[in-house]
Amino acid sequence: MESLIPPPIRRIVVEDPPTVVSGAPVHKPGNGSPAAFATIAHRQRPARLVAPAERMTLERLSVTYGQKKAVDSVSLPVRQGEVLALIGPSGCGKTTLLRTLNRLTDFTATARRDGRVLLDGADVDLLDVTELRRRVSMVFQQPNPFPMSIFDNVAYALREQAQRRPRRAVLEPAVVDALQRAGLHDEVAEDLDHAALRLSGGQQQRLCIARALAAQPEVLLLDEPCSALDPRSTEIIEELIVELRKEVAVVIVTHNLQQAYRVADQVAFMYLGELVEYGPVDQVFGSPRAQRTRDYVGGAFG
Amino acid sequence: MATATPPSVPIHATPPPRVVGVSWRRVDRVGVALCWAAGLLLCAIAAAIVIFMLIQGLKYLKPSLLTSHPVSDTDQSKTGGFLDPLIGTLLLTVLGTLIALPLGVVTAAWLTEYGRPAWFARAVESGIEIVAGTPSIVLAIFGLLIFQQHVFSFLSFTAQGNAVFGRSFLTAGSMMALIALPLIFGSTREALNAIPAHVREASYALGKTKIATIRRVLLPSARTGIGTGTALGMGRIAGDTAIVVILLGATLQLDPEGSIPALRTLTGTGGTLTSYVYNNSPAGEGNAPQKAYAAAFVLLLMVLALNFAIDAVARGRRTRWSR
Repeated sequence: MESLIPPPIRRIVVEDPPTVVSGAPVHKPGNGSPAAFATIAHRQRPARLVAPAERMTLERLSVTYGQKKAVDSVSLPVRQGEVLALIGPSGCGKTTLLRTLNRLTDFTATARRDGRVLLDGADVDLLDVTELRRRVSMVFQQPNPFPMSIFDNVAYALREQAQRRPRRAVLEPAVVDALQRAGLHDEVAEDLDHAALRLSGGQQQRLCIARALAAQPEVLLLDEPCSALDPRSTEIIEELIVELRKEVAVVIVTHNLQQAYRVADQVAFMYLGELVEYGPVDQVFGSPRAQRTRDYVGGAFG
Repeated sequence: MATATPPSVPIHATPPPRVVGVSWRRVDRVGVALCWAAGLLLCAIAAAIVIFMLIQGLKYLKPSLLTSHPVSDTDQSKTGGFLDPLIGTLLLTVLGTLIALPLGVVTAAWLTEYGRPAWFARAVESGIEIVAGTPSIVLAIFGLLIFQQHVFSFLSFTAQGNAVFGRSFLTAGSMMALIALPLIFGSTREALNAIPAHVREASYALGKTKIATIRRVLLPSARTGIGTGTALGMGRIAGDTAIVVILLGATLQLDPEGSIPALRTLTGTGGTLTSYVYNNSPAGEGNAPQKAYAAAFVLLLMVLALNFAIDAVARGRRTRWSR
């Protein structure tokens, strides 16, 4: 009988004992002062290079699931040339708001939307939905390359609905360009025909970004793109996000306040579906106007 | 950079010695013993089947049996081989699979990806459950009833007096498809349901339609499941006897009908390894029991090979996303 029960698995320490990093985690109360943030988080973003141009506008946008109000009358601009971070505790409507921008909420049968979303001045409801989603692309929390080659993954958005046309030779420059913009080309240049699902998690997520960039979108939506990745991959993707804001308007949903501080130019803090505070990152983290924002970025809740 | 002080509790501490026997209740011990017994019994049964058939099969199986036509004779030494039933099994399996595969995959894709209106989806689901639960002999009788209608006269041949015969590879293959259909449908649906929602959304978010997503992303992702279901269905078709006896004629040799070269065999009658085994075993006419054993062994080998193919397919290249 003894052999039937395996011995308990013990954690085997293979590396040296961990060294204490000088930066304390952000969730300690009283850490919300701008000075504390500045010492903890290394700012990725250099100064803006291009003047921000407004690509999307949300006008009194509300989304309800049945009786539950997920987003309550939110008005926001989404600008090219800067990164907009949506922060807030779980269930506050960040992701719903993001998914409304390319009408992915259409798939939720119970979701109802009020207010307007404009893309370059045109109501998104009046655009063809496939056209809208080519212009407002999205990257998800979990890396999700399709079960095809790296090349085909990136070429997927460029091809006809379910066709193999246009052919490879025609698409090659665009695919290579997208991979370069996503900072993945050097790593996979020799293996474009390999299965995408064999890449590492961080590479898969950059492939998803390349895939989203291939159709030259105007807006890139990122739904917690780093939450399934290791710190090194996260850093690479954060640098990438900051780089990308020149060409596309970037909206990122994140639970990680330090990440928001590192990559964002504008921050929108949401709580229970409402937009509590919107402003430049230094103001929202440094001198928040609303008490709830102060509590949240200070780590009092969330 | 300060190094951490050594942890006060050593990580490699010896675990406290296990106390054996105290924490085990008698009921649990009996339960575990029964589980072991059940497992051993199953292994013993499987081994008995394979070993018994191996001995019988190898004793009587000669290569010439696989290449010569069967002949009806009371003397076993003059009954020839079982080339025709072997071809019959392969033909019927391929035919049934060709019909069931597209039907099963399309139905599964519709049900998981569209499935509306809900009442219709439920109806389709229970329809397939009913087909899955129907004994093959009932399917066979039902098929005979249907295919003897004049509308379906092109599937078999019309005898004198304008009566449609209703028995042919085509009619038997159609009913065999109903046996494989629920298996292909079931495993395809399971595979499609296992694909996380964000993978579909990633495709929609690139401006793709639902149908493009199904064709380019979802069905390729489900191909392991589709392959498993197809192989399972093929095994069921190869092993079924009732439909062969009633709808294929269970003749000893292939018996083509009509005048169009390739179609003659399909509209004609024939037999399979299962009907050959039945007819030659002591349970049937019993003329050639040794050849029945040899044929049964070949059939067992075919089905086992299919099962191993399933395992190989299911194990190889599992591409999964996190949810």
